[in-house]
Amino acid sequence: MINFKEVSFRYSKNQGHVLRNISFNVKKGEFLGISGPSGSGKSTLCLMMNGIIPKTIEGEFSGEVYIDGEDIAEKEIYETSEKLGLILQNPESQLFSMTVEEELAFGPENLGIKREEIGDRISWALKLVGMERFREAFPHQLSGGEKQKIAIASLLTMKPEILVLDEPTSNLDPKSRIEIFKIVQKLNRKGMTVVVVEHETNFISSADKILILNEGEIVRYGTPKEIFREADFLKEIGIRVPEIVEFSNYLLKEGYIDDIFLSVSEALEVLNVESRKSLL
Amino acid sequence: MLKVENLCYEYESGFKLKNINFEVKGGESIGIIGENGSGKTTLVKNLIGLLRLKSGRILLNGEDASKMSVAEIARTIGFVFQNPDNQIFASSVKEEVSFGPQNLKMDKIEEIVNDVLKKTDLFKYKESHPFKLSGGEKQRLALASILVMNPKILVLDEPTSGLDLRNARKLIEIVKNLQEEGRTLILISHDMELVSDLCERIILMKSGEIIADGGIKDIFDDSNLLEKTRLDLPEIAKLSKILEFGVVFDPGELYRKWRVSND
Repeated sequence: MINFKEVSFRYSKNQGHVLRNISFNVKKGEFLGISGPSGSGKSTLCLMMNGIIPKTIEGEFSGEVYIDGEDIAEKEIYETSEKLGLILQNPESQLFSMTVEEELAFGPENLGIKREEIGDRISWALKLVGMERFREAFPHQLSGGEKQKIAIASLLTMKPEILVLDEPTSNLDPKSRIEIFKIVQKLNRKGMTVVVVEHETNFISSADKILILNEGEIVRYGTPKEIFREADFLKEIGIRVPEIVEFSNYLLKEGYIDDIFLSVSEALEVLNVESRKSLL
Repeated sequence: MLKVENLCYEYESGFKLKNINFEVKGGESIGIIGENGSGKTTLVKNLIGLLRLKSGRILLNGEDASKMSVAEIARTIGFVFQNPDNQIFASSVKEEVSFGPQNLKMDKIEEIVNDVLKKTDLFKYKESHPFKLSGGEKQRLALASILVMNPKILVLDEPTSGLDLRNARKLIEIVKNLQEEGRTLILISHDMELVSDLCERIILMKSGEIIADGGIKDIFDDSNLLEKTRLDLPEIAKLSKILEFGVVFDPGELYRKWRVSND
């Protein structure tokens, strides 16, 4: 679904490469988590997925990016955006209409979709993000978490097959963060291909695969367990490892368990205290 | 050092801070936590004089802060914004940090500025343009430009939000050094691990009110209280509670407790 082939980029000839020789695949319906310390190239990578780099933000670009088998160099950004929706860190930068309904109608209206279907899409998208009662609300009066849900809904009305979220929860409180990730997980379960960029690895531990960037290069790629078994390496390059994983790594190193665990319920199984699951 | 008595404030939108009472002693470190919209920032804006309370009193070292200007309050309470870009405006790191002392016509400005830049690990960027700094460096610059005024109380709003591990650790280390110097800390954060690392006391806010004020352990152990404020313990703390070790945030500490009970 997403296919990067030896992609490199720098903003100008006088500067070093922000990304070097990046190659990876995301299959249809897969959930890919991307993490890396500040300045590792995560956001630049996101902006390449719909062609903003190099089409709008220019620089020295080499390599190929394919979305659903099509080389995006040959497509306009709006054409790629029909397939791939990109959510940025700050939802304010994406919301501009008077009401939530107008905000959600904007994309499909520009695609020339019939009014009746637009109405259905808006209802469907608001339901998916649990914001039905905000249809008539003014986006600027919403909380940070609500704005981010509306930003997601406004992309959903375009019915993209891929959703890319760049640090979608960094300014939100913990409950709103969890709500956003539950929405993302639900969309993924419904078959949507999802890419989430997060320097907080807690939220990508449920991904199918995790890709780790450092200084513009892919330094690790694998399942969450494959990645988190190397907690010492991750911390060395400045990536926070979920504390529960760190605890399991202590147990693994001392031979108390055979493999790390990623969640409380998994921990209770592995530690043989499943009977306490009801306390969760 | 700081005493808030029956503080009330109301925005035109209708949101109210209701009857806020608490006291912070010199050298104490307290965390103010609560979900977005609970009134944390409104409370702090009242403390630093950016908003003026409708009723009640704020006493700074026994003096009524409502009679002080924002600049006068700033000599005692230094506030570091969550987003450093809201605070930074000069064209070099040195100029940014020198701005406050120059305005107050302080003595030995260069010496003071250099000292603060060293404390915040920014000395090497002294001549750099602030906007060339990374997010973590900008956050430390915002802190430096407040520290240079030598406030006795430091208020930090989500200081590690958006920072990667390396930058977050560096900032925490700097804050811990400031605590050792005896500075009073008021920390606004959603990050319970950070709050438990830096503070001994917590004020929990919900809908413009303080619903709890007490020791870290008492508050984090009270699931009903956390549920009321929509705060969710991190996975490790949930696990440690279920394993009957109380609320533990540090994986190494949980491992030690687990080993003692299993060996």
